[in-house]
Amino acid sequence: MSVATRADFHRPAAVGEAVRLLAEHPEAVPVAGGTDLMVAVNYRHARPEAMLDLTGLAELRDWTDEGDAVRIGSGVPYARITAELATVLPALAAAARTVGSPQIRNRGTLGGNLATASPAGDGHPPLLATGATVEIASTSGTRTVPIGEFYLGPKRSALGPGELITAVTVPKAAGPQQFLKVGTRNAMVIAVCSFALALDPDARRLGTGIGSAGPVPLTAPDAEALDLPWSSPGRFDDALAAEFGRRVAAAARPIDDVRGTADYRRHALAVCAARALRRVWTTAHDRSPR
Amino acid sequence: MPEPAKTPTPPPWAAGGVGRAPDGEAAERVPVAAPGGQPPTRGVPTGRVPGGGVGDSPIRPEAESKVNGAFDYASDLAFEGMLWGHTLRSPHPRALIRSIDTAAALALPGVAAVLTAADVPGKLHYGLIEADQPVLAPGEVNYQGEPVAVVAAETLDLARRAAELVDVAYEVLEPRCDAGEAVEAGEYFRYQPVRLGEPVTADAAVVIAREYEVGMQDQAPLGPESGVAVPTGDGGLVLHVATQWLHSDLEQIAPCLGLAPERIHLAMAGIGGAFGAREDLSVQVHMAMLALRTGRPVKMMYDRAESFLGHVHRHPARMRYEHGADQDGRLVYVKAHIVLDGGAYASTTEAVVGNAASLAVGPYKVGHVSIDAWGARTNNPPCGAMRGFGGVQTCFAYESQMDAIADALGLDPLEVRRRNALAQGDKLVNGQVVDAYDPTRAVDGQPFSPLRDLLDRFADIPVPPIPAGRDIVELPGGTGNTTHGEGVRRGVGYGVGLKNICYSEGFDDYSTARVRLELDGATGEPVAYIHTAAAEVGQGHWNLQTQIARTELGVERVVLLPNDTKAGSAGSSSASRQSYMTGGAVKAACEAVRDLWQGRDLDDGPIEATRVFRHRATKPMDPVTGQGDSHVQLALCVHRATVDVDVELGLVKVVDLTCVQDVGKALNPVALEGQIHGGSAQGLGLAVMEEIVTDGGRVRNASFTDYLIPTILDTPPMRLRIVENADPEAPYGLRGAGEPPTLSSTPAIVAAIRDATGLPLTRVPVRPEHLTVRRPS
Repeated sequence: MSVATRADFHRPAAVGEAVRLLAEHPEAVPVAGGTDLMVAVNYRHARPEAMLDLTGLAELRDWTDEGDAVRIGSGVPYARITAELATVLPALAAAARTVGSPQIRNRGTLGGNLATASPAGDGHPPLLATGATVEIASTSGTRTVPIGEFYLGPKRSALGPGELITAVTVPKAAGPQQFLKVGTRNAMVIAVCSFALALDPDARRLGTGIGSAGPVPLTAPDAEALDLPWSSPGRFDDALAAEFGRRVAAAARPIDDVRGTADYRRHALAVCAARALRRVWTTAHDRSPR
Repeated sequence: MPEPAKTPTPPPWAAGGVGRAPDGEAAERVPVAAPGGQPPTRGVPTGRVPGGGVGDSPIRPEAESKVNGAFDYASDLAFEGMLWGHTLRSPHPRALIRSIDTAAALALPGVAAVLTAADVPGKLHYGLIEADQPVLAPGEVNYQGEPVAVVAAETLDLARRAAELVDVAYEVLEPRCDAGEAVEAGEYFRYQPVRLGEPVTADAAVVIAREYEVGMQDQAPLGPESGVAVPTGDGGLVLHVATQWLHSDLEQIAPCLGLAPERIHLAMAGIGGAFGAREDLSVQVHMAMLALRTGRPVKMMYDRAESFLGHVHRHPARMRYEHGADQDGRLVYVKAHIVLDGGAYASTTEAVVGNAASLAVGPYKVGHVSIDAWGARTNNPPCGAMRGFGGVQTCFAYESQMDAIADALGLDPLEVRRRNALAQGDKLVNGQVVDAYDPTRAVDGQPFSPLRDLLDRFADIPVPPIPAGRDIVELPGGTGNTTHGEGVRRGVGYGVGLKNICYSEGFDDYSTARVRLELDGATGEPVAYIHTAAAEVGQGHWNLQTQIARTELGVERVVLLPNDTKAGSAGSSSASRQSYMTGGAVKAACEAVRDLWQGRDLDDGPIEATRVFRHRATKPMDPVTGQGDSHVQLALCVHRATVDVDVELGLVKVVDLTCVQDVGKALNPVALEGQIHGGSAQGLGLAVMEEIVTDGGRVRNASFTDYLIPTILDTPPMRLRIVENADPEAPYGLRGAGEPPTLSSTPAIVAAIRDATGLPLTRVPVRPEHLTVRRPS
């Protein structure tokens, strides 16, 4: 007697077919690298009735240079982001480097990070700091969502039923960027907290992103608004860096959990943010004294 | 008996899968070839020792299959017509079971059996020392994860679904989770005091009184608990299991099944790590019950989360220590109050308490001692055997105390240890005399001190320098890019560990080996066949057996027969004892064969001998004074840890572990180094990351996502100095080597973090928030 319970497995060859299948089979869960979904299945936190395999969609698996920005297909694995985009998207590439192990980075995708929308996802802070946009397809067409409007709650996002993330467009770095991730071991660890910072010296603008310290990935608008000595960068000092750190920590809404305490997360964010600002400021003004 | 659909454990001649006699077929298989390719010997002894003997590091017999993936671990076993078993576990740390309704589960198509306590054929309880652990909860549950029912179904997924349909009515009770309160209430498995002299605070120039805490570490073997039970068709069973001690399993399984032990054959399945986690039973009785009920082979295999709930852990400990020393740093007295949390059931807690008490002061000389050690009974996860076994927890405390004494007196940490080091002829706190070294050896007219010998060897091993430019992977936080040097301070610390080798306190420990020497019909070469029940848990024991046979018999070809209960008991692959005990048994059996071989030609027939090997007798600890020669052998290890700490973020990078260990005799240098590396890494894990976190008796991190073990970026290069101060009583002079480094690396690392941060740090694992607690943001 065959009693094996089986899940339907759809393998579209094009995005059009994928969104049509998704419309016809709303129970189908898209799967690309499977590094989130299959863990959930193995732990029996998820038992999808059907899966929609995205690995056959060649159009999701590459990135393109769009001039001021890079459009990254949702199926591009972290390993390629690290290897190929470190110069133009340094914060995102640094974040991709911290995801899991080499095997996970070969499989896991930025699209999956967004679809799971875990507050601990490593890709989110750099996307927030750089003002990325998420491209979403469905049978009714394509829409773009600014990253700041994408995250709605823990593991909840603006992605609706029948919708598929197809790409993320990330503005190229206009100055130094930093990504720092705190974990309780030196590799292969879920973030206790993380922080991304993008400096645009010409626009005199800071972009921030906070991970693993709130119900959703956050920005720190007060910190971005800090009055910095843009005209005389030599006047930048540790007190300013510390104030920036305090403002970032104040923007966080962390909880106590098994990975760390809320107090520690705030403390660590303050330290990381201050270090990040010192690093980008020094790099920007050492390279191009003005 | 059905043959396995897949050959269980390659290499077929070495492993633990299916029993196979030393017949012609086995002899035709590729035997263990000695390196060097010596020409074949004839049927008479040559007196020549081929390569690959004791002291060499030949390639392991199972190395190739483990590297290329062909090795069958227990979880790879498959049999024709096999069902899958699954365990339903209690979600509550403490509850009464009012009723269990299995009807819905049984109604699911493809479900073959759903069994509860009412279906246990024999005794309801089992246990390693005391039979107090229910096979299936008979009316109450006492920890989260306690087995309540077992299911057999056509697929694992179906068995899991069926388990979800079993309706258990629990009446939830308030769990007891505080070990100290349990002891106060008289809820403990063992209390062991040690009394010596009269510890008087006023007699000391410096008094250090501190409390220490050790979190609950897990063995985290990568191979999950797994096995297959195969009914023989006549009411008996063959059990393929990955266990540390086949015969102890059998002794516990048979009464629960209501079967005579002769009706059950245990065959070792491939073991993916053990570290103590495979001493207690896991799947054994459950899969056997399901196989007996269904008449079909039944496989059980835990997933990672279940594995964390399905085996015992290292005892968490709370310890209050008071050390008094004179102005030169010499110990005047030690008082210790040690509470180990044994969790819900006894497991090996009683023996762990004995070790914690008798080793509570470490390898130091002190005349006045008052130690009280308890193993509490709570509703926390059961705790039992893990590498270091009661020696780890107190080692963290007494080594921290030694450093505090050194600090208080402005002494070097090595010097304070040197001044207090036990020497030949001195007594441990249990009254046992240190006598296991060359009695004629003396240094400057003083009795030889094995510890001083190890400490002195650090003099010419410099602390590694701080490199000029470092990549982020060399800094605390690693690829997290948290520091480019900001906030990083270096620290150096030492730790000494003292571990008892073999089973203590009067246990009649022995191992059995059968060795048969015969000629290969085709080549005329002599071939030695070795049959034992000893578990190869990854430590290299199979290889060692072949080395011993080559050395003792002078033959190149050695064939290891499958480990099973057809051989006599080998005892457990625990307590760093297997080289000593089964190594000793194989050596004795080889010596017997060698003697019989003199004046005989193997053309006249094979020669066979079976030998049982025992170590010297030990005594129980006196229940009031703790006195008694309770240990077989003592082993020492010293670590120096060098760490870089990002003191602002509380992140730690251990940059070097230098280890000086006395192993008596290095039987296989490569395997030995592996043991020291692994033991050191496991101690590192306890120092900075490994902890099962519980809340009200519930485990909060039963996954490798949140139970962190060291990665390669956390594990530093290790410099080893292996010392061979032979033990005249032990085979080849060896000292058990697997556990001691697990003791000493933890306190060494924490001492180094203290050195970098100036914080007292009385709890392991040290977490980032412990290092930043008073730092302003």
